[in-house]
Amino acid sequence: MDWILNNFWLVPLLPFVSFWAILFLGKRAPYKGAEIGIGALGAAWLASAWAAVAWIRRPTVGTGDNAIRHYIEHNYTWFTDGHVKVTVGFHADGLAVMMLVVVSTISLLVHVYSTEYMRGDIRYTYFFAALSLFTCGMYVLVTAASMLQGLFGWELMGVCSFMLIGHWWEDQANSNAALKAFFTTRTGDVGLLVGISILYFAAGQTFNWERINEMALKGQIGHTLLFWAAIALMVAVIGKSAQFPLHTWLPDAMAGPTPVSALIHAATMVVAGVYLVARTYGVFWVAFSIGPHTHAHHGVNILAIVGGVTIIIAALLAFVQDDIKKVLAYSTVSQLGYMVMALACGAWVGGIFHLFTHAFFKACLFLGAGSVSHSGSHHSFDMKKDMGGLKKYMPTTYWTFVIASAALAGIFPLAGFWSKDEILLSSGRNGYWWFMGVGIVGAMLTAAYMTRCIYLTFHGEYRGHGHPHESPKAITVPLIILAVLSVSAGWLNAFGLHYFADWTRNEVFVLAQVKDYPFSVPLAASALGLAIVAAAFAGYFYVREEFKLRGFTERSALARAGRDFLVNKYYLDHLYTGIIIKGIREPLAQGAYWFNQNVIDAVVNGVATYTKVVAGFVYNGIDQIGIDGAVKGVGAGAESGGQSLRTLQTGKVQQYAAILFAAAVLIGLGLVLFT
Amino acid sequence: MLLNQFLFLGAFLFCTGVYGALARRNAVLVLMSIELILNAVNINLVAFGAFKNNVAGQVFALFVIAIAAAEVGVGLAIVLIIYRNKRSIDITQVDSMKG
Repeated sequence: MDWILNNFWLVPLLPFVSFWAILFLGKRAPYKGAEIGIGALGAAWLASAWAAVAWIRRPTVGTGDNAIRHYIEHNYTWFTDGHVKVTVGFHADGLAVMMLVVVSTISLLVHVYSTEYMRGDIRYTYFFAALSLFTCGMYVLVTAASMLQGLFGWELMGVCSFMLIGHWWEDQANSNAALKAFFTTRTGDVGLLVGISILYFAAGQTFNWERINEMALKGQIGHTLLFWAAIALMVAVIGKSAQFPLHTWLPDAMAGPTPVSALIHAATMVVAGVYLVARTYGVFWVAFSIGPHTHAHHGVNILAIVGGVTIIIAALLAFVQDDIKKVLAYSTVSQLGYMVMALACGAWVGGIFHLFTHAFFKACLFLGAGSVSHSGSHHSFDMKKDMGGLKKYMPTTYWTFVIASAALAGIFPLAGFWSKDEILLSSGRNGYWWFMGVGIVGAMLTAAYMTRCIYLTFHGEYRGHGHPHESPKAITVPLIILAVLSVSAGWLNAFGLHYFADWTRNEVFVLAQVKDYPFSVPLAASALGLAIVAAAFAGYFYVREEFKLRGFTERSALARAGRDFLVNKYYLDHLYTGIIIKGIREPLAQGAYWFNQNVIDAVVNGVATYTKVVAGFVYNGIDQIGIDGAVKGVGAGAESGGQSLRTLQTGKVQQYAAILFAAAVLIGLGLVLFT
Repeated sequence: MLLNQFLFLGAFLFCTGVYGALARRNAVLVLMSIELILNAVNINLVAFGAFKNNVAGQVFALFVIAIAAAEVGVGLAIVLIIYRNKRSIDITQVDSMKG
């Protein structure tokens, strides 16, 4: 039964093999490579499900909140360099198995969905190959036992997201978005490299995650060192998980095909940052003094601040988007802020539980938006121009979208309710009251902007010019499955149930004494109440004609200024491209030009003049007299030598033999006489 | 052990061979003279082998005999080609390589 946990390498191998298979055989396959990808992902899903069952069946050790299942880890030597041995290994524990289940489920559904959504695309086969490799990258990250190996998966995802976001690269905007995503996340990756290097040396030359966590928690690594390592890793998380202030790439990444957006936002890529925090939790726990406030504090919890700021900033941005996918994108940024804040406030289970539930309803929302554009709005994502009133044309899409939105808004009893509540509860109980407040405000904003989004897309009059109809089965079936999961996934850790916590709790959790609190009805009820009020308020705003948002901003200068500020995304893009990049690029260009004109040219001219003088001397003195003389001399010498020696060449064999014997006799005589 | 007698025999055979190889005009006789030289060497090898009570000398001699057979094969083939071209096996007439 434990075979799969002992052979974890199998899971990343499957999509890796399918990537090459699709690349080489895909074009000739009857379904152009899609069946290879779906087959491999199906197998990976079975392996993940098997791993989950095997993991749950493992015996627990310890009692109560300390009851854990021991992880299984196998390491193989990758290479040795002197006394440094670098290993490659596979680490199976609750967190990794949970991630595998999420990634496999979402990726499999996205593959199926893509067969219809991408039908007739010019790079259909290539698209499936990239999807496989993308999934492989996430698998590599979550199964890795060492940070170095994790880095491989991390970067693999970076490359694949570049390829997939820029899938329709003929359009300049798409290729720019791909470049932006790649460069922004690369900025964060520098932090990851620095963090890994610091931890490698701090932990006595090991990349092993488990070992680094253990040393950090047992106080075997100095606090200052850990703090800077955590800061560096935090930069990586900010880049990859699109936290403020590097969140700007994620909404632009909407340029990619919608299934890719679903995959990026739900299961891979952006949750990699959250996973990194959860996996290196020991480091963050000590460096930022995350524990409950009763403990001695000597660190600033910057990570919680980043998460909290991201929740609010992204949620506000979601209100002014006309593009349905951008609403969802900012929503993802906001929810990732939740996860990061949760982990930073000591709600380890809450954070990864939210990752788990969020994957299902966010994938459902993205695929729903894709379904709307595929069959309802003629490939447009503009809610104001091309949508509206789609409820009666696309009932399946509508209802799955509503269920997923309710789950996202944290409506009882859907998935988001339980995970969001777990976060609010734990952060409050750990003494992070401010962040709990931020979380509640974020939940209200979420409910409000999702109401706006649903209203604009599905209610009112149809404003598009196409012939809206329901999408085919390949699209609706994944939507229904995801909607069911959006309803049910939360019950793993609901009122009185704590399966999820029991299954994922690991050694780090126990060593750090992370607290897990029981469900609290008053808090959950008040958060739910506030979310419903916010949703009702937003709904009222749109249903009543006279309260249209446009009229409101025209009447109030303050509201208009606020809206402009949001529409321009806090002017962050201006800051990055207009001020930072321009500020670096232009003086740099000027400086480079001056340097080119004055220094390099002078050097080049000087060198040229000098070279000319030297060359003249070399030609006349050395080349003509010295070298030519030598060459001619050798020729003449060889000729005269040959002339004198030719007399020896008689052609008579016996004469040669006589000379040979004479020489032998002379040598023999010499040997006899002189020794 | 009478080593000297064998060495003298070898020296005599060697000198005979050298004379034949240098002075004879008939190519086949030149080849036979070379065989004499090789046999002189063989006698020396066996004689020293017996003198030193070491079997390596005889083994070496066997190798020389084998190689001599091959060498004669090649030599006779060359003589045959020369005969075909020149209708004679007089070795002094083969001097087209004169410089």
